[in-house]
Amino acid sequence: MVLAARVCATLSKVSSTASRTDRNAAPALRLDNLYCERDDRVLFSGLSADIYCGDTVQIVGPNGAGKTSLIGLITGTGILDEGEIHWQGKPARGYHFYSNLLYLGHAPGVNISLTPLENLRWYFGLNGVKSENGSGILSDGKLLEALATVGLEDYDDVQCAHMSAGQQRRVALARLYLSQAPLWILDEPYTAIDTAGVAALEARFQEHVQSGGIIILTSHQSPKLNPLKMIDLANYQDSEFGKAETTLEAGADE
Amino acid sequence: MIELPGLGTVFGRTFQREFIMGFRNRGDLANPVIFFLCIAIFVPLGVSPDGKVLAVLAPGIIWIVALLATLLSLDRLFQSDFDDGCLQQVMVSGQPLYWIVMAKVLVHWLITGLPLTLLSPVLGLMMSLPAEGYWPMLVSLLLGTGSLSLIGAIGAALTVALRRGGLLLSLIIMPLYVPVLIFGSAVIRNAIEGFAVGGQIAVLAAFLVLSLLLAPLAAAGALRIGVQA
Repeated sequence: MVLAARVCATLSKVSSTASRTDRNAAPALRLDNLYCERDDRVLFSGLSADIYCGDTVQIVGPNGAGKTSLIGLITGTGILDEGEIHWQGKPARGYHFYSNLLYLGHAPGVNISLTPLENLRWYFGLNGVKSENGSGILSDGKLLEALATVGLEDYDDVQCAHMSAGQQRRVALARLYLSQAPLWILDEPYTAIDTAGVAALEARFQEHVQSGGIIILTSHQSPKLNPLKMIDLANYQDSEFGKAETTLEAGADE
Repeated sequence: MIELPGLGTVFGRTFQREFIMGFRNRGDLANPVIFFLCIAIFVPLGVSPDGKVLAVLAPGIIWIVALLATLLSLDRLFQSDFDDGCLQQVMVSGQPLYWIVMAKVLVHWLITGLPLTLLSPVLGLMMSLPAEGYWPMLVSLLLGTGSLSLIGAIGAALTVALRRGGLLLSLIIMPLYVPVLIFGSAVIRNAIEGFAVGGQIAVLAAFLVLSLLLAPLAAAGALRIGVQA
């Protein structure tokens, strides 16, 4: 968390132009004129957005509008036909980008024949904590602590196949309590999570953002997060008719 | 600059994970081995119990069975990781896919190719393989099954995004398996007939080295395409 703040501090040093949000910082993540097409159907075009440290961005749109496709483009799990994505001024690919990213996809990335602990061990073996203070390998104690935080303290040696969908999602969400990656991209993080779980998640999101991290999420619910920015895919559906005026709207500007 | 865990950790954790998964799914583990043993029993019963007839067939049958048993186990190599999103996590981890594929294939070989090699004397016995064929059989299978797993990984990666990729997988892989089959069975046949086998074993070893270098690269590329499609 300290780390996220530091990344942003370095960013603001580099920047010279004042942004339209009165923060003197270059955007950490810049989406420039993205275009996405699936089966000859244009999902969105001309999508541009500047995302700054400390931003929470919700991508909204009806089913099939291209929310997951947009997330795929940003994370590099989709093919970018047109447009550019920059992370801290450089193309958002490779080590430079992925060492800053925590991604939670539609499929949680939890293997059902492994226990929650084994799943986390593997995940953090690959990713580490993504902290500036070295890639310290997490001890099992830390992993168990995170599992307890998401309410799975008695399940660490149960195979995920014997757990409910919500509990499997919680195994994936446990990563959020350990990773210090500055950029979180979360596709439907609230899926199959109960009310208490959603509240706990939102508290964690708030903490991450306040320490200077970035969250990009899709959800059909309205997260109680302040300030929340929106990327409404409906605005980019047919840019030829001049709908793509608004880029980032501040959802809560008070 | 944020640092990711080193290559040793990545390889070790992936290997550990695959190994645990392999042993959790014991049914999948036993499948190729049982197939192998079934053929060992069926061929003498179905073709002829005559030792002379079987000894002629033995080198070819042993290799065909090893090949088909490997093929049988291939389609699950990347499938579960693709379905549950773990493959996407690997892609966005920023870690080299080459070594992750390598770890997966190594475990695949340890739980299919190696048991087949170790069980092959049983098949040799059922097929009345002459005594001088046993060591060459073990050596050729040890080298050859490694290539089979590695080459198979390319096919498994290419078909990962298809719902029913099994048939296509066989079609893609079969031609690539032909050289390994030819040289593998030739080792055993030549040994039985008393010829030198060093050359053929060297060719099998060269196949293995080549596939060690190139197959994970091809499989990694194919997996990228599979995830992006």
